Amino acid sequence: MSEEPDTVASVIRDTALVRASGLVKRFGDFEAVRGIDVEVHRGEAFGFLGPNGAGKSSTMRMIACVSPRTSGDLRVLGGDPDVDGPRIRARIGVVPQQDNLDNELTVRQNLHVYGRYFGLPRAHVRARAEELLDFAQLTERADDEVEPLSGGMKRRLTIARSLVNDPELLLLDEPTTGLDPQARHLLWDRLFRLKQNGVTLIVTTHYMDEAEQLCDRLVVMDDGRVVAEGSPAELIRAHASREVVELRFAPGHQERAVPVARELAERVEALPDRLLLYTGDGEAALAAAHRRGLQPVATLVRRGTLEDVFLHLTGRSLVD
Amino acid sequence: MTQDVLTRPPGEPPPPPARSGLLPRVLPPGLYAGRAHTLVERSLLVNRRTWMAVVSGFFEPLFFLLALGQGLGALVGEVTGPDGQPLTYAEFVAPALLAASAMNGAIYDATYNIFFKFRYAKLYDAVLATPLGPVDVALGEISWALIRGGMYSGGFLVVMLGMGLVGSWWAVLALPAALLVAFAFAAVGMAATTWLRSWQDFEFVQLALVPMFLFSTTFYPLTVYPRPVQVAVEVFPLYHAIELMRGLATGVVHWGMLGHAAYFLVLAALGAVVASRRLGRLLLR
Amino acid sequence: MTTTTSGVGATAPPSGQVPGPVRGPLLVVEGLWTWYRRHWRSTLVSSVLQPLLYLVAMGVGLGSFVDGGGRAARAVPELATVSYLQYIAPALLVAAALQNATGEATYPVLSGFKWQRNYWAVAATPVTPHQLAHGALLWIAIRVAVSGAAYLLVAALFGAVAGVGALAALAVAVLTAMAFAAPLAAFSASIRSEGQPFNVVLRFVVLPMTLFAGTFFPVEQLPALVRPLAWIAPLWHGTELARGAVVGEVSAAAATGHVGYLVSLLVGGVLLTRWRFRVRLTA
Repeated sequence: MSEEPDTVASVIRDTALVRASGLVKRFGDFEAVRGIDVEVHRGEAFGFLGPNGAGKSSTMRMIACVSPRTSGDLRVLGGDPDVDGPRIRARIGVVPQQDNLDNELTVRQNLHVYGRYFGLPRAHVRARAEELLDFAQLTERADDEVEPLSGGMKRRLTIARSLVNDPELLLLDEPTTGLDPQARHLLWDRLFRLKQNGVTLIVTTHYMDEAEQLCDRLVVMDDGRVVAEGSPAELIRAHASREVVELRFAPGHQERAVPVARELAERVEALPDRLLLYTGDGEAALAAAHRRGLQPVATLVRRGTLEDVFLHLTGRSLVD
Repeated sequence: MTQDVLTRPPGEPPPPPARSGLLPRVLPPGLYAGRAHTLVERSLLVNRRTWMAVVSGFFEPLFFLLALGQGLGALVGEVTGPDGQPLTYAEFVAPALLAASAMNGAIYDATYNIFFKFRYAKLYDAVLATPLGPVDVALGEISWALIRGGMYSGGFLVVMLGMGLVGSWWAVLALPAALLVAFAFAAVGMAATTWLRSWQDFEFVQLALVPMFLFSTTFYPLTVYPRPVQVAVEVFPLYHAIELMRGLATGVVHWGMLGHAAYFLVLAALGAVVASRRLGRLLLR
Repeated sequence: MTTTTSGVGATAPPSGQVPGPVRGPLLVVEGLWTWYRRHWRSTLVSSVLQPLLYLVAMGVGLGSFVDGGGRAARAVPELATVSYLQYIAPALLVAAALQNATGEATYPVLSGFKWQRNYWAVAATPVTPHQLAHGALLWIAIRVAVSGAAYLLVAALFGAVAGVGALAALAVAVLTAMAFAAPLAAFSASIRSEGQPFNVVLRFVVLPMTLFAGTFFPVEQLPALVRPLAWIAPLWHGTELARGAVVGEVSAAAATGHVGYLVSLLVGGVLLTRWRFRVRLTA
């Protein structure tokens, strides 16, 4: 424990809670993470956005100190995960992609048991569990077994459990994947409160709405690499446009419309089922398209999103 | 595009003729499509990869026979058989192990495996999204348990023959008798499984099986017990199965054995009806 | 005023603690104890009742045939002085301990990695994979010891065992069970399938061991060709020790050999389990 004050001091000097440079993770021949540079600062909500298989979860597991890096440098809370793993894990919270609650224990017992793994005194864990049950809106189900709970409740319990040690840094891997819209909004509300309270969040997601809702800053990952970095607004400004016009055509008619569309917008993406026209003024571009004789069966003018950013950077969509 | 092509992919044989036979007429429509065999085919397909687990089931009664008949036999000597004739311990215990393995094989297949498929793999939810009904499921799974049980029993009978533990041609009937016993236990086991809530509840299955296995005259004759205990043992299904097998293997055959067989016919019918009903209620709600 | 870093609640946060090499496994045991407190009833049949039923059926029921003549005493010298019930009581203690430990070292371990995935939850805490492995094995040992003590108590009530030798037999039972369960836990931590290999282990290792490695009759009854198979079975070493402690005698040299064999299996198994836990949880 003699190095402890030193570690704390270095964290106070350095506002980066996570600092990765040239971080690589290889599984046999497969390179999941191919040399990424990332910094996450105290109090921010940081996101990894990318499709399945982009290397987000591998990165998260390295940050959570449960997966040793292959090469590169990584510092979490000022420490080296390879050396200080347990000490770092004592101060972070982890919400894994797949819930790993103990289904045969009650909701409350899950919190008690987990809290004890952090070496916290029993009385403290008991008091803490009541606060967390309240936070996760699970007080009424506290004495029920976990097994029959809904997916949204289990997810909230997993988040509550990750807060049992009052972590300085919370890692959330795909926090709302597989939940219905109502459950997702409830969860986002809870995460937003944590963010307001100053908890540093790191979130991976392949949902652009989730990234836009939660993240102050994010990196777009594809194929193990970081392809862009910035705030959601910055990324949209740099890689998409303010507005996007979507045009759907009857089968077989889209191809003929492409040359015309190219003259109407800064950039055009042709998806299998529609054309996307990137422009500053959507209504004007749509009017022009009609004037030029295009006859789409459906049209939509919307704001540019991170989905457009991803499409532009990688040529693929986030969820396939 | 004709209606027929839409409903039936090319290459698929035309649907079987409208439901015929006795079973469909006594069952409400939607519960039985007459395709229980498709579930047996599925089990065959799945178990092709895990054949080792299937084959290993044959060795369990064999190990018991070798250990008890040969090893313990040296300590025990002779035991009194069905009509008072002396039997070597191996001759005494082998038919009982045949009955017990028919029971154990069928019950474990019908409880653990079906509970897993029911609760975790959600297999039957997928099956019932097709024309198949809960009766197809019950019959298909019981049939599979039976096919497995039949293979084990047949193999064990051959071993008994090879070791000179079969005293009569009546023993040929031990195979269908074993199938009947297995059918009844599979049906009852499957019905019981629909009431199990969690893996912890399997302790109740153990609680029923272990005493039955140990005390149904498997290892020593009924005469060991005082009369009140004898009456209790005579209620156990396994006791009737063992009486049946021991009679057939030693050739001591009498009309009373039809009573043992009838016991299992009733048990099988009851089990199958309850299992289908319960599965239907749990899956089609 | 105190407040938490996360702003959730006001319970003052004690700084995150890193449990040491002793406390870590104990915390894991504590977690499993929480489970046990809730579900212990469902473990009674297979852990305590089953071996007692075997003791009654084989020891009392079948025993009435074994004790009959001098035939048994000629084959088994111990039977000249003790009943068959007393002969198999210590052996069944060891066999049941080994079977219980087998149950605990197979499906629950695989489930921790694969179905319930609760080991991954522990891996995210300051408890290390090594500490988790130690805790999981320690828990099995405690469970086996408690079940064994309950069995002994009932067995003593109907005169199947007596004397301080029974306590030594309990220690032997736990050692034997863990000598088998520790390497098995390493195996369970390594398999990726739905647990089908366990059927093979149960049927081709555990069951034959229970039947042939000296529980119901001495291995001298086996054909000379297969006797060496019994000698490598941990259960045989445990049975020799336990029976020696309760109803017979075992020479100091033989006892040292048996204990040495079991301890080396145990140590090897613990090291293997630690390694497999670490590899799987920190891929």
